[in-house]
Amino acid sequence: MSYRTVIGLEIHVQLMTKTKAFCPCQADVFELPPNTAICPVCTGQPGALPIVNSSMIDYAVKIALALNCDIHEYSRFDRKNYFYPDLPKGYQITQYFYPIATSGYLDIDVDDQTKRIRIRRLHIEEDAGKLVHEGDSITQAQYSFVDMNRCGIPLVEIVTEPDLSSPREARSFVEKLRTILRYLEVSTGDMEKGALRCDANISVVDETNNIQSNRVEVKNMNSFRFIEKALEYEQQRIIDSLRNGQNVEKETRGWDLSTKTTVSMRGKEEESDYRYFPEPDIPPVILSKDRIEQIRSSLVELPDQKIERFIQRYKIPRYDASVLAMNKEIADFYEACVKQTNKPKEVSNWIMTEMLREMKQLETEQINITPAHIFELFSLMEKGEISIKMAKDIFPEVFRTGRMPSEVLSERGMKQISDEKLIEQIIKRAMEQNPKAVEQYKSGKTNIVGYFVGQVMKETRGSANPQLVNEIVKRLLEG
Amino acid sequence: MFEKMTVEDCLNSNREELIEQSLERIRSTDPLIKSFISVAEKVQINDGPYKGIPIAIKDNITTKGLKTTCASKILENYIAPYDATCVKRLKDYGFAIVGKTNMDEFAMGSSTERSAFFTTRNPWNIDCVPGGSSGGSAAAVASGQVIASLGSDTGGSVRQPASFCGVVGFKPTYGLVSRYGLIAFASSLDQVGPITKSVKDAALIMEIIAGKDPFDSTTVSRKVDFLSQIEEGVEKMKFAVPEEVYEYEQLDNEVAERFEEALKTAEKLGASVKRVRIPSMKYAVATYYVIAPAEASSNLARYDGVKYGLRIEETGLKGTYMKTRNVGFGEEVRRRIVLGTFTLSAAYYEAYFNKALKVRRILSSDVNQILDRFDAILTPTSPVPAFKIGSVSDPLTYYLMDIFTVPANLVGIPAISIPFGFARGMPVGLQIMGKRFDDGKVLRIARNFEKRSPYNDNGRIPLPVVRI
Repeated sequence: MSYRTVIGLEIHVQLMTKTKAFCPCQADVFELPPNTAICPVCTGQPGALPIVNSSMIDYAVKIALALNCDIHEYSRFDRKNYFYPDLPKGYQITQYFYPIATSGYLDIDVDDQTKRIRIRRLHIEEDAGKLVHEGDSITQAQYSFVDMNRCGIPLVEIVTEPDLSSPREARSFVEKLRTILRYLEVSTGDMEKGALRCDANISVVDETNNIQSNRVEVKNMNSFRFIEKALEYEQQRIIDSLRNGQNVEKETRGWDLSTKTTVSMRGKEEESDYRYFPEPDIPPVILSKDRIEQIRSSLVELPDQKIERFIQRYKIPRYDASVLAMNKEIADFYEACVKQTNKPKEVSNWIMTEMLREMKQLETEQINITPAHIFELFSLMEKGEISIKMAKDIFPEVFRTGRMPSEVLSERGMKQISDEKLIEQIIKRAMEQNPKAVEQYKSGKTNIVGYFVGQVMKETRGSANPQLVNEIVKRLLEG
Repeated sequence: MFEKMTVEDCLNSNREELIEQSLERIRSTDPLIKSFISVAEKVQINDGPYKGIPIAIKDNITTKGLKTTCASKILENYIAPYDATCVKRLKDYGFAIVGKTNMDEFAMGSSTERSAFFTTRNPWNIDCVPGGSSGGSAAAVASGQVIASLGSDTGGSVRQPASFCGVVGFKPTYGLVSRYGLIAFASSLDQVGPITKSVKDAALIMEIIAGKDPFDSTTVSRKVDFLSQIEEGVEKMKFAVPEEVYEYEQLDNEVAERFEEALKTAEKLGASVKRVRIPSMKYAVATYYVIAPAEASSNLARYDGVKYGLRIEETGLKGTYMKTRNVGFGEEVRRRIVLGTFTLSAAYYEAYFNKALKVRRILSSDVNQILDRFDAILTPTSPVPAFKIGSVSDPLTYYLMDIFTVPANLVGIPAISIPFGFARGMPVGLQIMGKRFDDGKVLRIARNFEKRSPYNDNGRIPLPVVRI
């Protein structure tokens, strides 16, 4: 039997505008004490009215352009009505009837193949507040607190067509989207902090019997890994049901981290009627062609364009270019380093292995060093003052502390030994101690050279210039 | 005499005593009239050209430090943390706010009987309603408790009570006066307007409260001149009278007679009057009673007992919501919330709400076409004069009385009601509607009627004598 998975995503992106969507409160509320970034507008005081933050519109247009969408000169806000304590007005301002953009796409790479994922629509809306439950869980809580700091933070919702056919594709899509958001500097894209939130609709087609299961909505997937894990779990659950001839409920399920399963949140009969209607407090958003073009021309180079340029200009493999372009800061750092060292491939290797390893270990996305650090490191190696091994040894400290490589070297008393006489002495001593090895060499076992080189390295704790050692060992053995 | 003074009179006299006189007048007459929900314990004195002139504000317009209840139990103790923009502007010009006036709960009504607290009486006859929903604001001006007041007009709520109480009520072009701080009933229709004892006072107040407000994105930046042409004549102007006025069965005979006299006055003023047809007008009330409750059902969702206002705890979130709202809102408000929730529901959106939006566009286009050819449209403000308290109980009859006032809100055009005689001892109002942004012209036409009306004394409207 063969099964085909069908996945569509609904992604919410918190925009990092200075102020909230419809009021002058600051939009960056991370770690602020509860209810300290609020005003009459975002707490729904009687008589208060929303005012559109125009940079929110610009940010949304940027994202829409990067996702190749049709941007509409006319769009409008609507109200989505429902009751919940974190929604102070009793409705969310969103764009339902006339979204700002539709019909886009994003190309993702899966197994060395490019796949085009269509975007159905992109619209702007406001975030709701947060409930903090007293006690361990919502069911045990005697009461709950409402924190309205998050109320009114601008969001862009992106809805894809059901073009994704595996949990991995879903994950790659969101990863690529985040890269783009960061390139555009419109969102932090932090899934853990809720700045990027992803819900998925998943169904499975039983191709043998030509039946498609009901669609299940999966929520609560707050990391890339969980997107993949939750959808893998859900995919399997649906396939199992199909296999056993069971009905797959049309429902909303949430990823439960503790059990690593999805659990039912609400069924079909609990679906709400949101009573959408045009928001009378906000005039339609009219975007002139000029403004759209102005924003288009201000767009930065996007990841795909950067990859092509890196391949062309620096003659590095596509793989290298893709890894470097994944993060704009790293890509920019790479370019700056190449400019100084003129060693595109070597720098790429260094960043991809040494630097990214450090960043991963430190769980940071910040680069604490400058291209000058890399330049110095490379020149030290080139001049033979340090070996590549020494460079690798000191790099973690350079990266962590931001100190120059030369400083770290002198502090550790590390300097490459290129003193021929000293090296000769060490080799001679080793030859005297081990005449057998010398004879082995003379009888044709030339790989014994490595043994003597090793002895020197041991004696100098790895700081002897390996090329020089090699030469001298050979010369003395021949002699 | 204080109770007959206009804003203009105040400007030309010693103003030191005015606030005290107003408070004294409220003390003596309000037990009878009941215009006020709250009176300021200590009136804030503001500097400015209108310093010391006492005014009243409808209780759905926020005032920092004074309660703003919307005449609802759900906001009975609500004190807004900010002044509405129109209030702030009046204060900046020196006006003194002496109190907050009664109204139909959340402005839903035309008689002030729908207030959760009490019914205001008409100063001309205390057995009659003052109209509504700005009944308290109209009664306070007519009975001489304040010099002028602010009301809000969603379907006639400034004009109809002004008409019932025999004073001037003006609804500006939608977008001229900021709604920031006006507690929303139906956002696409609501507009704040002045209730005064003269047309010129209405213009003076409009000069202050109108203008672009960064806190209300539906305000327009266009500058409108309300005042400078007001004393000019209306010779050669063309007025349209909709045939539909005469076809309306419930039109009171005496109201119709006064209206005919008004049309004769128009001709004496040198203007011409012509009957026109506005076929879509007969759908205006139905359209209004779909759109306004729909917007209201959403606007009133915020009163949920979570953040402010009344909260009655019950088991569970839903229980608390339901109990709070059931107890907090009166019957008329609940009726409209249910109506609006129904017409916005997915199954009925097309059949009701969206259809109403379409009819609204047709009505706008019909009315605007007439106004392209005429300087103004004239109608009675209300088909009937003030009725006895408690005499109208059927909601539909009650709603249908809005027939002449709702079109101006649906179309967003300026409209004024000025007193023009009496029907069975109660005042009758003449309504003048003009083109969008022709507010200045509407006021000028109204001023001409005011000068020439046979019921006025030297251009001054008659005011009731309140026997205490």
